Amino acid sequence: MSASWVRTWLRACAALVHERSAWLTELDAAIGDGDHGINLDRGFALVVARLGLDGEDGAGGAPDLPGDALLREAGRVILGSVGGASGALYGRALQRAGAALADGGAAVPAEHDRVVVVPADPGGEAPAVARALGAAVDGIAALGRSAPGDKTMLDALVPAAVSLRASVVAGQELGVALDLAADAAERGAEATIPLVARRGRASYLGERSAGHLDPGAASSALLVRALAVTWSRG
Amino acid sequence: MVGLVLVGHSPRLLDGLREMLEQAAPEVPVATAGGTSAGVLGTSAPLVLRALRDVLDRCDGDGALILIDLGSAALAVEVALEEATDRERRLVRLCDGPIVEGAVLAAVEAASGAGLDAVLRAADGATGSGKWPDDLAR
Repeated sequence: MSASWVRTWLRACAALVHERSAWLTELDAAIGDGDHGINLDRGFALVVARLGLDGEDGAGGAPDLPGDALLREAGRVILGSVGGASGALYGRALQRAGAALADGGAAVPAEHDRVVVVPADPGGEAPAVARALGAAVDGIAALGRSAPGDKTMLDALVPAAVSLRASVVAGQELGVALDLAADAAERGAEATIPLVARRGRASYLGERSAGHLDPGAASSALLVRALAVTWSRG
Repeated sequence: MVGLVLVGHSPRLLDGLREMLEQAAPEVPVATAGGTSAGVLGTSAPLVLRALRDVLDRCDGDGALILIDLGSAALAVEVALEEATDRERRLVRLCDGPIVEGAVLAAVEAASGAGLDAVLRAADGATGSGKWPDDLAR
């Protein structure tokens, strides 16, 4: 993924999270500790500020980093500033996505079963985006010791990564592929509503967590939607 | 001397705990990683790594015990340890017990000159240590 692509995506994430911050916080207030939107909004705003993403590419004193390094730096900022499980999980995900781009996925630890494996492919943005998303999802699954059905981010992210991989393998155009992935993420998030949480703060509620949309799945769907937004602006 | 790294969501909670440890065992190296670098409630892997390195610098190679409060603190520690060197990881143990009781027991044990594994056993012993007299109706 080119640096310009990553910068546009991170900006789109910050904008979407900011726009939906109150909604995410409201979801979290129902089954968590009520700070998910505020925390993510602050984290992505810091990513934009620290990486100098608010100016035009290459302007405004922005650091001249390649796409993989930008993702890793963004992960570092999120790890340090967001707090809570979402900070550790999204921070780790961004760092794993960066590592996957830097070396074609070899940096992903072999001891974990990989949720989504995308074969390395010669060139093009589509396989790179799919590989980065796959590595990010693997990173979250490994750190969170969770799987789809646990009412977590993975309920949105795994369907998105699986959809994107299938599109790439089928040679689908990237714009269409990303729209399909974002749709899959949103359907996956919606499907968390009847689930009983098995991970995170919501699991303290047991059966009472059913009937609510999982805030982590909701924010994950926004971040995948930001990929589709990025392509449409490309 | 073995040191302690306190990891939790609230810096003020950890400052209070550190105050208690300074009274109980002033010579034990202690560092805290409370809240995020944005100054709000939460945990932060970079702050954990910084606190760990601070204690390791002051423990004469005897190691550090990490104590956590809840939930995501464990994730922040796990991410921080991935960034640490192999040598640093060998000098770390993770306490599973409650942070207040565990830290006090660990500090007293460390102050006696005990090794890292003995300090861990002392701190883990805080789990289920009866706080109330047996004959008090609860």
